[in-house]
Amino acid sequence: MQISYFTERPYRGLDEDEILKNKAYFAVPNALFDREQAANDYNYYLDEYCYAEEVGFDALMLNEHHGNPFCMGSVMNVEAAILARITSKAKIVLIGNPLPVLKHPLRMAEELAEIDLISRGRLVTGWVRGAGSEQFFNNANPAYNRELFNEAHDFIVQAWTKPGPWRYEGKHFHYRHVNPWALPYQKPHPQMWIPGVLSPETVRWCAEHRYPYLGLGTALGPTCDLWDCYADEAAKHGYQAGPENFGYLIPTFLAETEEKAQEIGKNFVFGGGQNAFSRPEHTLPPGYNSKGAIRMLAKHPGGSWLGVSPEKLRAQSDDGRPDTTDFDTVRQKLLKGYGKAQKNLQLLIGSPESVLSKAKTLLRVLRPSIFVFFNIQGPVGDEDRKTSMRLIAQELTPRLREYAKEIDLVDPFERTPGSVAYRNGVTRAPVVDRAPLAALGMAG
Amino acid sequence: MANWTEQKAHIAEAELTLIKGGTGKSLLMLHDELGFPGWMKWNDALAAEHAFVIPLQPGFGKTPRLGWVRSFRDLAGLYSMAVREMGLDPVDVIAFSAGGFIAAEMIAADPKIFDHLILVGPMGLKPEKGEIWDIFPVTIRTHLRATVAAPGTAEFGSIYGGEMTPEQFEAFEDARAESARIGWEPYMHNPSLPYLLRGVKNVPALLIRGSEDRIVPAGCIAAYTKAIDGARAVEIANVGHRPEIENSAEFVRIVQDFLAS
Repeated sequence: MQISYFTERPYRGLDEDEILKNKAYFAVPNALFDREQAANDYNYYLDEYCYAEEVGFDALMLNEHHGNPFCMGSVMNVEAAILARITSKAKIVLIGNPLPVLKHPLRMAEELAEIDLISRGRLVTGWVRGAGSEQFFNNANPAYNRELFNEAHDFIVQAWTKPGPWRYEGKHFHYRHVNPWALPYQKPHPQMWIPGVLSPETVRWCAEHRYPYLGLGTALGPTCDLWDCYADEAAKHGYQAGPENFGYLIPTFLAETEEKAQEIGKNFVFGGGQNAFSRPEHTLPPGYNSKGAIRMLAKHPGGSWLGVSPEKLRAQSDDGRPDTTDFDTVRQKLLKGYGKAQKNLQLLIGSPESVLSKAKTLLRVLRPSIFVFFNIQGPVGDEDRKTSMRLIAQELTPRLREYAKEIDLVDPFERTPGSVAYRNGVTRAPVVDRAPLAALGMAG
Repeated sequence: MANWTEQKAHIAEAELTLIKGGTGKSLLMLHDELGFPGWMKWNDALAAEHAFVIPLQPGFGKTPRLGWVRSFRDLAGLYSMAVREMGLDPVDVIAFSAGGFIAAEMIAADPKIFDHLILVGPMGLKPEKGEIWDIFPVTIRTHLRATVAAPGTAEFGSIYGGEMTPEQFEAFEDARAESARIGWEPYMHNPSLPYLLRGVKNVPALLIRGSEDRIVPAGCIAAYTKAIDGARAVEIANVGHRPEIENSAEFVRIVQDFLAS
């Protein structure tokens, strides 16, 4: 079982009204940026990752977003390189580098090899397509997003494994001289874990490559469906998927008392939370989504699909800005969502005692061997953030580790993903346990 | 209402869907970045003396996407082949918005391909002043609204009014995706095109723009009149990017006069 620590590294100096006024975090004007605040936050978060290692997390997870105060990690590899040097035993997990928007896979291969070398083989590298807004921010053609992703990934694996020098003439990338001197410490290369938010295309791609898939706080029922989709695809590729193929990230905030946790935990919906990452027009750039996903959105433009609801699609005014300044009403709505997310087990808020059974349910249903705790958003102080981390690592986690052992959640370092053969004609083994869903009102 | 039909043409491994209608001299129509909106009143008005040939752009739904088409110049090459293979050249052309970009690329590569060139609110050149409105970071709903000065225009309502059906949504997303694929960067223009257009001589060229056009600035028209020898510009007052539906009577009169010249 890999217990991981993750934070978006939120910029903590922004007035919530500015986000609500903009209807999203992306595109909040950078005239509101304060260098002292940012310098403090960046340095604090690096220290916080060291603290995560100190209190016992197995892995430190970083991600990357662009032009967005929701996440300060605009160049994640810089932070990863620093952590490679200032931490000593935890894995450094990148979820992940947005290959299509960075547009330079050879440079990426070199950067990651350096991080793996400095950390002496502690890097786990993941790839993402980049959020919709990032296609705009980086001027990456969204219609080629999937092609760019696939080609960049394949190129990087080759750059790490095929002796150079060689020449590369692809569709989107061209290199005259591929011969990176710095190669990864781990052979043939670091493990790759792929995060996602319910895209069947990504899941099938992961299964084909035998890469663990990480569900990012996705709703339990659809996540089960997706795990099954992975396992079916895995069987087609000749292996039986198991816990080593799955990870799950859960936003969590713990405090000494239930009341305090509930109060501070509201910061998960600060500014609208994850659903306010970007406005619909930035979330859905043209050609970014597959035909299947567009068809699904056309028929059911609701639910939690990328946070785009029919109301949001309809509410867009000509300049995309809000039509309301009644932010208190907006906040009330957000708090309703806060309660609902806890009920649906998409948020764990409370004391170690009160969240234990919920966390166990997640482990039982989804059987992930990588379990990621996502720390609080919003302007929460250092001490409250660290208290939550300590309670997770020292009071909750030991009991979860025991339970994981009991239900045999073997992780990707204990068993190579894709190494269990699947025999044709035999029913594949289940990868989820849906039994508890009925009691939670999530069956069907 | 004139009779029009949908036909297929096989060009360079592509199965191109064409709309054909009307009688008389052929008139090639190149639709805009939102796709062919359907047979409109202005089509009807011109169909008595002109035979429309309207290719439906690859990737926009009815014509399958072509992986090798990666720029407006590629698409222009395909359409030029189609015009030649159908024996239409030199042909009159009327092209709208991004369709104007295609037509400009076609004539830049082959100055003898068109008899008369009509570009309506054309993209394709970097405006001398202002910017081509970015159609990508907006929802289709916002984009549609921005194309007209008066959303109450009857014909606009008949095409785009009411709740968007899933089929319409999908068709618009197809169109947006394909436009992004070939026009993302540089955004809806080609920096070399103004220089290549200087090779176009003695082709009657007309540029039409609505005075309230929010999509294509007057600077684009200025760039075209500078690049194409003898090109003439006409502005239709109080209409936006869709003069053909917002003031179809005036639009038809201008086009008929020009084609008769």
